[in-house]
Amino acid sequence: MKYYRSHVLVCVDPSCLKKGAHDVMDALQDELVAQGLIDEVQVLETSRIGGCDDGPELMVYPEGVHYSSLTPDDMAYLVEEHFLKGRVAQKFVTEEKSFIDEELSAPTSKEIRVVLRNCGKIDPENIEDYLAEDGYQALGKVLTELSPEQVIDEVLRSGLRGRGGAGFPTGKKWQFARSSKGSPKYVICNADEGDPGAFMNRRVIEGDPHAVIEGMIIAAYAIGASQGYVYCRAEYPIAVKTLRIAIEQARNLGLLGKNILGSDFSFDLEVRMGAGAFVCGEETALMASIEGQRGEPRPRPPFPAVKGLFGKPSNINNVETYANIPQIIFRGADWYASMGTEKSKGTKTFALAGDVRHTGLIEIPFGLTLREIVYDVGGGIKDDKKFKAIQTGGPMGGCLPEAYLDLPVDYEALTQAGSMMGSGGLVIMDEETCMVDIARFFMDFTQDESCGKCTPCRVGTRRLLEILERICNGKGEIQDLDTLEQLCSEIKQDSLCGLGQGAPTPVISTLKHFRDEYIEHIVNKRCPAKVCKALIRYEIIDGVCTGCTVCARNCPVNAISGERRTTHVIDPEVCIRCGICMQVCNFNAIEIN
Amino acid sequence: MAGNDKDGKTISNTVQAAVDRFGASQDELIPIMNEVNRELGFLPSEALDEISHQLRVPRSRLFSVASFYAMLSTKPRGKHVIQFCESAPCHVAGGREVWQAVMDHLNIKENETTSDGNWTLLTTSCLGICSVGPVMVVDDDIYGNVDPAQVPAILDKYR
Repeated sequence: MKYYRSHVLVCVDPSCLKKGAHDVMDALQDELVAQGLIDEVQVLETSRIGGCDDGPELMVYPEGVHYSSLTPDDMAYLVEEHFLKGRVAQKFVTEEKSFIDEELSAPTSKEIRVVLRNCGKIDPENIEDYLAEDGYQALGKVLTELSPEQVIDEVLRSGLRGRGGAGFPTGKKWQFARSSKGSPKYVICNADEGDPGAFMNRRVIEGDPHAVIEGMIIAAYAIGASQGYVYCRAEYPIAVKTLRIAIEQARNLGLLGKNILGSDFSFDLEVRMGAGAFVCGEETALMASIEGQRGEPRPRPPFPAVKGLFGKPSNINNVETYANIPQIIFRGADWYASMGTEKSKGTKTFALAGDVRHTGLIEIPFGLTLREIVYDVGGGIKDDKKFKAIQTGGPMGGCLPEAYLDLPVDYEALTQAGSMMGSGGLVIMDEETCMVDIARFFMDFTQDESCGKCTPCRVGTRRLLEILERICNGKGEIQDLDTLEQLCSEIKQDSLCGLGQGAPTPVISTLKHFRDEYIEHIVNKRCPAKVCKALIRYEIIDGVCTGCTVCARNCPVNAISGERRTTHVIDPEVCIRCGICMQVCNFNAIEIN
Repeated sequence: MAGNDKDGKTISNTVQAAVDRFGASQDELIPIMNEVNRELGFLPSEALDEISHQLRVPRSRLFSVASFYAMLSTKPRGKHVIQFCESAPCHVAGGREVWQAVMDHLNIKENETTSDGNWTLLTTSCLGICSVGPVMVVDDDIYGNVDPAQVPAILDKYR
């Protein structure tokens, strides 16, 4: 093999070609010959190095210098400066354009990116980009060096646990599916990421689809499956499209299909789309949906490993779990297990949302505290307001108050605190959030998404919602709190699937940590956060109001009266608490009481 | 209204195209219904008859599936469909006020269609683009960081 001291990558995308990229390349080669450097510098064609706006453009490695706006005539100077004299030819240098990624910014010092490592860095629609980042190396290793048992053993030793939320050890799940009798076996990827505010899996599929595909192929090899499905929710059309392109490209390279990489192992993959049902994220409901049925869960056991899709042994993991696999195989179980806490190994992606300064995706090793996540990674609360609660685990998770901020994040710690890991949504709430309203809000969601199969969930969540609505409307009674608690414990115990069992958690946790707020609503008919409409009044402050009439003219129900240049008055009987007057007032003369 | 101008032939053609694309197998039922729903705006009774016939699946099963999934509709929808994200991140980012503004502007409530057949207002579960909440989708166009004052201008584009 021949070694070069420098590699020049010239962009030959259509728009650079149109601007003469090949002429520049020819001139560069000629000049390298003329200056006697052709044996030291290799010139290659590439694509997408700078966006082509200022093409023709090229990159010089190992320095990583980006030159653009080049003409053939510039080559003599460039070769002399850069390759002969060893100086960067400043006049052609362009800074890499920084573009703002609202979902995924540069990692902070407390983050480690394993699952998100390629997101935003590689072109998800080009398999070569993934190959260049050690893609499919793990698959090669698995097929040539490891037996299925050894693969399972490696995954077991890594300590990887299900990233869908329940945290079941992945290696163990694979063991069950492998030892289960029956054929064919299926590998399923749960990409039905329905938790509001959680979009980690969408981003992984859209940004690094091959990591998921490679993880699934390895799982299939380990358990002995020949067919796989990715079940993706229909709300994610781009993810579905990206996956389909990626599967096609993998198939063309012999990474999917018959005799993968020349081995005697065959496996193929298909994408299935949901049609809008939250409960389909539950594994038995998901499988019913793939079969073309209503997505209703069924009791377990039998577990999918024994009787899954089409009644056959199936292994089902979520997107993030599979995306971890190639790295675990490639870099080793010991490396993976070196991150995290005793029982929760590795890293976890989260979506920060709500009243935090930097919303978006993060990936952290387990064991970081909630405080570190909110303040160091998330940059603290927006507008320097006060932290009130953090909701972990999605709509089936709980709200934790300030006292829990120093809790290290792992599966056990969150469960003990009365919440859960869930798939990774973190909603941060500031002092202006009403916790009763939040509980009502989540219950509105779960009762809507309850599939209706079992009574505790179908009827129970509806009753919970009615009581919470009553409290928010100022019609609550103190015994409602006992009724809520009793209902919660019954729904939790008697529901068929995770949706029902988790549905009361937002109510239980807010009742536990923010009971005062419930009591304020019920006894004093006050909403301390000034959110619940029935319990607040908009009032105009005498002396601050200039009588400009803007509020009165904008009020949709004509609830505001007053002469020009005199203080106006809002009639609380007519007012619908829409808040428009407050938005339009130029003098901050309207307050909520 | 979407669907009204489709005669029987078009409906059966649409179903045929979907069945050809995915295959006449019962486990392709949801992809087929999704496709037909997308093409026609909803699942008219004739379309269900045709699917039932082609896949050899009883109509009752088709109804049970169609009524289960939020994206499948057996009722006609308006010319334009607004899907408003009702999830927590959008809710706390001011989604409630935007939702109110949409209802006020069109004078309809959730799951209703305007009397002129122009608009249907639906809520959707999380679209996963929470970093730009509140989010609403009009037909296939996504609008992020929406505030109540922008609502009339956004909707006017579809007049």
